[in-house]
Amino acid sequence: MSIFVDENTKVIYQGLTGSQGSYYGGLNRAYGTQVAAGTHPKKAGTDVDGVPIYASVAEAKEATGATASCIFIPAPGVQGAVLEAAEAGIEFIVSITEGVPAHDEAYFFNKLKSDFPNTRLLGPNCPGIISPGKANIGITAGHIAKAGGPVGIVSRSGTLTYQALYELKQKDIGVTTCVGIGGDPVPGTSFIDCLEAFEADPETKAVMMIGEIGGSAEEEAAAFIKNHMSKPVSSYIAGVTAPPGKKMGHAGAIVSGGKGTAAAKMEALEDAGVRVGQNPTEAGELMAEIVAAL
Amino acid sequence: MDLFEYQGKQFFAQYGMPVSPGQVAFTVDEAVVAAEELGTPVMVKAQVHTGGRGKAGGVKFAADIDAVREHATNILGLDINGHLVKRVWIEKASDIAEEYYASFTLDRSAKKHLGMLSKEGGVEIETVAEENPDAIAKIWVDPVVGIDEATTRAWVAAANLPAAAVEGAVDTLQKLYTAYTDGDCDLVEINPLILTPEGKVHVLDAKVTLDGNSTFRHEDYTQFDETQPRDDREQAAHAKGLQYVGLDGSVGVIANGAGLAMSTVDVVNQVGGSPANFLDIGGGANADVMAGAMEVINNDPNVKSIFINIFGGITRGEEVANGILEAMQRVEIDSPIVIRLDGTNAEEGRAILAPNLSDTLMMEETMLDAARKAVELAS
Repeated sequence: MSIFVDENTKVIYQGLTGSQGSYYGGLNRAYGTQVAAGTHPKKAGTDVDGVPIYASVAEAKEATGATASCIFIPAPGVQGAVLEAAEAGIEFIVSITEGVPAHDEAYFFNKLKSDFPNTRLLGPNCPGIISPGKANIGITAGHIAKAGGPVGIVSRSGTLTYQALYELKQKDIGVTTCVGIGGDPVPGTSFIDCLEAFEADPETKAVMMIGEIGGSAEEEAAAFIKNHMSKPVSSYIAGVTAPPGKKMGHAGAIVSGGKGTAAAKMEALEDAGVRVGQNPTEAGELMAEIVAAL
Repeated sequence: MDLFEYQGKQFFAQYGMPVSPGQVAFTVDEAVVAAEELGTPVMVKAQVHTGGRGKAGGVKFAADIDAVREHATNILGLDINGHLVKRVWIEKASDIAEEYYASFTLDRSAKKHLGMLSKEGGVEIETVAEENPDAIAKIWVDPVVGIDEATTRAWVAAANLPAAAVEGAVDTLQKLYTAYTDGDCDLVEINPLILTPEGKVHVLDAKVTLDGNSTFRHEDYTQFDETQPRDDREQAAHAKGLQYVGLDGSVGVIANGAGLAMSTVDVVNQVGGSPANFLDIGGGANADVMAGAMEVINNDPNVKSIFINIFGGITRGEEVANGILEAMQRVEIDSPIVIRLDGTNAEEGRAILAPNLSDTLMMEETMLDAARKAVELAS
């Protein structure tokens, strides 16, 4: 099995008519994802390579029965797009866009929590989600993932998500689902949400978790693993050598006031029984050992 | 983006918060003119993006114009924690009866805004948090709900501020929250927020960090962007829209995605090398961006080899390859380049690079091998 999305998930692409939306929407469709519709307020009735465009998410959902959406809309429009999808009853929203203001993220996170508790948001500023062989929603290159399990992946970094998939494929290890939660200060879906789902998924036997400096999400995940997970976990934390006070690209990746260091995160994870690698390759090797021992 | 104190106070003033009149000065003469216009006594305050100004001698009381001249002379050009003082803020001096602390920031764990208020101000809040955590009244604000007057009043009561300060504090804190949210701030901090002997609540210092992602709805923020402290390399990278952090090693690093760029820096260290920088060309980078990144790295005299580590998702392999070749035509790259290319359209990218490979342009299969090669070439 996979978590959150599979071959039956029908997806509406908000921003399918744009350059990124049409490119990755096309790649996702070629991968096998059910790309059901796109939306654009002024282009209803047209299509993108045969995929129908509707004026709103509500209309697209009504016409196609889609339950998920993927947002390829510039940062200023992301808050509106997320809320539009939630109001239309979309259950799983993937927001790829980077550069969304933190206050917007905090607003729609809390709005979803209070008014749309059954809607899950992934991102913003994330690569999306891939259940290899079933569905790929977002910007992950599908061919770097081997289908079938037994490993689930959750990652805060886009490119390191690909690196993790690639390391496992090199070792002929399959993946049930790979979730990129994104590197922003307020991710819609957390490490813990994914760990919980992987723990409950019978086909996922082990989990690889990729973190980075900044915040305390990895420490919180470590506490969850220690208290609630029976499945083995391997991990890698990026930014071991990052200087304090400097944002390393991601809005969330900063060591400030001695908090959020890679060392503290690695220690918390090791304390929870997680096998922590010094680089992505080593984390992959540790996962290969875990899989061999299953 | 961090604001200087004076920029922070001007920002707060827009929201009706009580700040002292003052003027910024870049020279001693300007400082004197400012003090004459304001009327002594004044404070002479170093404007730098770092704490500990007072301890370093960067904040002085000046009773008269002679003292202004003396302090401005000493403070301008002062090095405070590696930050050179290029400007001072001359501000009308205030009488202080009590000092408090107030701030709002985003609590990433709670995913809500966190307000902190303490009657122990004027010292580092980290010290208060450690030694007397009960002296900090915390409040978590749901961004959807906001903070009303009654809630603010209860918060002020929880902080045990004296009766004389309550009305002024409630008013200032509500304005502080509005400034924080309307202004898309990562942090607003007043330390100290003072009570004057006359019973007025007043903002004596301002620390403001703006969210760089919010500039699309705050056109005036470009003025703050120009005053961010950056070294020459960081300035050049910033001008090209690149995410760059200068380090002090010899292996120039270019990668796509913050995580991979951090990881590349880590791996260079692990195989015994020393990275010259962190550089993330971002998602969807095209040939032009890659060429710009290579120019920035090439201009760093410490760089002895360049490690380009690309795993394509939204970034496409053929764009990366074309960018590398374009940069090599545009400028003479002084250092040998080691490339590792995987992901979206990696095959196409490798095919473009293959006929151009040489002693100065190499390709490696894995991240670790490429790191080892780059480190070897730099030593």
